Amino acid sequence: MTNLTDLGVRELRDGVRAGTFSASEVADAHIVAVSKAKQLNAFLVETPDHAIAAAKEADAARVAGQTLKPLAGVPIGMKDLFCTKGVQSAAASHILEGFKPEYESTVSQKLWDAGAGMLGKLNMDQFAMGSSNETSYFGNVISPWRRADGGNAPLAPGGSSGGSSASIAARLCPAATGTDTGGSIRQPAAFTGISGIKPTYGRCSRWGIIAFASSLDQAGPMARDVRDCAIMLEAMSGFDAKDSTSLQLDVPKWEAGLNASLAGKRIGIPKEYRVDGMPAEIEALWQQGIDWVKDAGAEVVEVSLPHTKYALPAYYIIAPAEASSNLARYDGVRYGLRDLPEGANLQEMYAATRAAGFGAEVKRRILIGTYVLSAGFYDAYYTQAQKVRTLIARDFDRAWETCDLLLTPTAPSAAFALGEKSADPIAMYLNDVFTVPSSLAGLPAMSVPGGLDASGLPLGLQVIGKALDEQGVLNACLAIEERAGFKARPDAWW
Amino acid sequence: MSVDAATVKKIASLARIAITDEEVAKIAPELDNILGWIEQLGEVDTSSVEPMTAVIANKLRLRDDAVTDGGKRDAVLANAPQAEHGFFTVPKVIE
Repeated sequence: MTNLTDLGVRELRDGVRAGTFSASEVADAHIVAVSKAKQLNAFLVETPDHAIAAAKEADAARVAGQTLKPLAGVPIGMKDLFCTKGVQSAAASHILEGFKPEYESTVSQKLWDAGAGMLGKLNMDQFAMGSSNETSYFGNVISPWRRADGGNAPLAPGGSSGGSSASIAARLCPAATGTDTGGSIRQPAAFTGISGIKPTYGRCSRWGIIAFASSLDQAGPMARDVRDCAIMLEAMSGFDAKDSTSLQLDVPKWEAGLNASLAGKRIGIPKEYRVDGMPAEIEALWQQGIDWVKDAGAEVVEVSLPHTKYALPAYYIIAPAEASSNLARYDGVRYGLRDLPEGANLQEMYAATRAAGFGAEVKRRILIGTYVLSAGFYDAYYTQAQKVRTLIARDFDRAWETCDLLLTPTAPSAAFALGEKSADPIAMYLNDVFTVPSSLAGLPAMSVPGGLDASGLPLGLQVIGKALDEQGVLNACLAIEERAGFKARPDAWW
Repeated sequence: MSVDAATVKKIASLARIAITDEEVAKIAPELDNILGWIEQLGEVDTSSVEPMTAVIANKLRLRDDAVTDGGKRDAVLANAPQAEHGFFTVPKVIE
């Protein structure tokens, strides 16, 4: 008997359609897996009733001979950044603890409309600010992976979509939503040996996603293979009048368009991504990736993205600036926490509420953002960062004159141990060195597993594409996936 | 440039985040370090560069001037820490 939790999105969808198993059996198997995996701390809220209801609908539709919806029979995990009606949506923060939205985010609604069911809300870095899932108010997510040294040091599942990555790698759900502001889909995918794509900015509606940095935030799917990501992305994408930056374009048939031949494609290798101190294993994997895309028919060319080194500092002006503005809404009046010390006036209530409700990293970023936007500093920091952002986007435009896609490592290291980098904010920020530039330029980018390092931990490769060329990105990742043959999975110790 | 305690207190006040002296002492060097690292942006020549305003070229849409929403008072108030008589309530602001 097949273990239903080992199956991916396509296999579950097709199996339910064919009647090989019922959607209810699929939902039950995953609900049990979730309930047994509390040690991973990946789920903040479990919603078995939601998953069961969607499964029953799929089973009833099949019995009635109706055409099944695109994701009928597929239970998924929902990152806690997405507002889900009547289900706590806290962005893993204290200030929104207990917040039960009266509305559903556009992306989650699209997934339910496509027939998917929700297993629960997934833990994450608080307000999506972090690269290790150590900033959640509700505790760290523990990666299901362990180093092969027998030490059992708890490892970071990456961040900010760490509950998503951990639960997919641990076979608690076949797919989950993520959001990516500077790498929050791709880096956790790389750390846990799964795939994840951040589409072009504007493909997925931001409506109902708790805002971090609105010019960068973009939702995307995470799953165990490229095809499953394509299926999920089709369901999540599409124009939404409620998001002013939503792209008014038809959603391409990405799954049907999958093609692992890269004949005629030119793949650029940006020389500035060879950073000092990059581990030899990452360097070797990158070379392996180059060989794989050549084998798939691509021509490989060296390109230059000269402003790469300025992407992170620009990001750490722009993202905190937008965050300080977006998070101004948490004031103890309209939703979430209120801290009203005895005798406090309104201003004191705001300050007390925000002091009690935000974690250290969130406060740090609000303070940075407030500083760079404050009178006298605005032009030197924020305007300069937005100009540098123009230059970074221009670098990519110039690269597209000689290549169609870019291939890079996803992260500069494999997963690190929890606590290893949390004392040094800049060391943590540097983890996003390869993912931030494409975020600043709004480009589609995907991480796909490439192999394991010497301690048995997954390493990811990243493909970056031109705006709107998700198909090219998916296809290149498929070519890599077929050649990497990545089958490793963590032992179920939890 | 250096971020001192007075600066941290000022920006915390602007950001409406209460902060203790111990927290100021911890955060000031952290912010100083991060902002020092960010300073390297100053070395980029941007004299003829426009600041980015839209990452993907996209025309802002106009919609018809029609009522599309509303009548949701109770839903709007449903998550308020304190609501009375159909209003958000806050501590007294006028004596």
